Amino acid sequence: MLRVEEVYKSFDGFGAVNGANLHVEKGAIVAVIGPNGAGKTTLFNLITGQLKPDSGRIIFEGKEITKLPPYVICRKGIARSFQIANIFPRLTVFRNVQVSILSQQNKSGRLFRPVTNMAVRETHEILEHVGLEDKAERLAGSLSHGDQRILEIAIALGNEPRLLILDEPTAGMSPEETKRTMDLIKDLAENRDLTILFCEHDMDIVFNVAQSIMVMHHGRTLVQGSPDEVRLNKEVQEAYLGGDEDA
Amino acid sequence: MGKWYNKITVFSTALFIALLLIPLVLPRFYTYILATIFVTSLLAMSLNLVVGHGGLYQFHHCAFYGVSAYTVALLITKAHLPYWVAFGAGPVAAAIVGYLIGWFCVRLSKLYFGMLQISLGSLIWALVFRWYSLTGGDDGIHGISMPDFISSTKSSYYFVLIVLTVSLILMYIILKSPFGATLQATRDNPERCEAVGINVRKHQLIALVISTFFAGVAGVLYVVVEQSVFPDLLFWVLSLEIFIMCLLGGWFTFAGPIIGAAIMVSLRTFVGVYTEYWTLVLGVLLILLIFFLPEGVMGFVLEKFGAKAERADSGGA
Repeated sequence: MLRVEEVYKSFDGFGAVNGANLHVEKGAIVAVIGPNGAGKTTLFNLITGQLKPDSGRIIFEGKEITKLPPYVICRKGIARSFQIANIFPRLTVFRNVQVSILSQQNKSGRLFRPVTNMAVRETHEILEHVGLEDKAERLAGSLSHGDQRILEIAIALGNEPRLLILDEPTAGMSPEETKRTMDLIKDLAENRDLTILFCEHDMDIVFNVAQSIMVMHHGRTLVQGSPDEVRLNKEVQEAYLGGDEDA
Repeated sequence: MGKWYNKITVFSTALFIALLLIPLVLPRFYTYILATIFVTSLLAMSLNLVVGHGGLYQFHHCAFYGVSAYTVALLITKAHLPYWVAFGAGPVAAAIVGYLIGWFCVRLSKLYFGMLQISLGSLIWALVFRWYSLTGGDDGIHGISMPDFISSTKSSYYFVLIVLTVSLILMYIILKSPFGATLQATRDNPERCEAVGINVRKHQLIALVISTFFAGVAGVLYVVVEQSVFPDLLFWVLSLEIFIMCLLGGWFTFAGPIIGAAIMVSLRTFVGVYTEYWTLVLGVLLILLIFFLPEGVMGFVLEKFGAKAERADSGGA
């Protein structure tokens, strides 16, 4: 479904991503792991178009999406969440998700119809699914950190993506919130027919949930394989799991 | 939600009727001041579409107001075209210039947007100021005769009131549409908007065209009330004043800029009688505002008396 081939990206001479390779099969849950600064977030930003790679190719559903602007990539079926809660703080929770759905339905440019009764059913359906229905009328900026992160996923769902990319979905969450989020992610993969690509620091979560794991180190792909293959890989053990960084 | 909505409708209708009746008892001078407040309100409201709701630093907004006013003045005095043609051409000219300047500006962000915008706007001012043979330079153009039905103070007041009301209703509808909701989302978080499939630049550019069009409508109304134009209409000081009106009234609210405009015009008129340093009073007022009412007058009122209801209705600011 998604293939990343030998992608490079450097900032002012510093190579943040130095030859990343990744393949994501349809319906799979794939994790990217690696120590801080390994280039995980940069890789995600390259895939979704926030950054443009220096070289390499990114192919989604057989078509090259390298260097397309973010809004075009989104319309092709890739939605994402960000590492820091990236929401619309002055809008209500409901409107946050609604804006995303309206964009998906190509109705963002309509000038003369009241927005209050558009995409209402779809919005409530998503809010119910992620468990934010009771907070629908609150301003998004007033939610707790955990809820804001969940709202981010809800916004991404509004785009009806086929591939959902989550950048550290549980960062800064309490253990209960983390569990709730991971349950949600598993549930989404099963019930919404979603392919999920995420990166995460918590190894328990990764080896628990992911069917395929890609390991990055210094911007380079060390290996991609099943959890067992990755666990037993010598290079990975040296570079990461056995290392002192943050496993 | 329904109740709150009805309250606003009842209040606005009552206010509209009161404003229809008031010239019957008001001295001519005050009718003229009210009309001036209406024109300025529309200008501030048009600016707030992109500043308060779009998050764009449109620092030199009155350039478009002036472009429209001069278009009307020139078409009537030099080209001798019918009034309705001139009145239509003004806002269209403003929107075209708004599109051209906006096309460059939306490629930049935040302060850079504002700096480019103020430079390009000042360029238009310089053009009007220097092109003596066409615009009359700093003399301006005076004695633009209006058709009979809007030539008196009272009749021009009614014309301005009705155009303002229609414009406000249109702006309200636009802000409550998917376009308006998305615009507010681009204000809150342009990066996230791109990631949900919104072409942010295009959206902002359309907002700028709409906003400058309404600034143009205000420009037409100015000519109707004053029957003259002069280069100060496009000077950056006026742009700063209307920017302050938005902040003063509450830039995250719908009607805030109207209150801001009313305060500013009243200050200028009534304090200006006693001292030419009326801006001193404004300065003190602004300092108080920043400390005590950071959300503006209207923002404060809504917070006190109905913030939740309003928010529930509008999906946010």
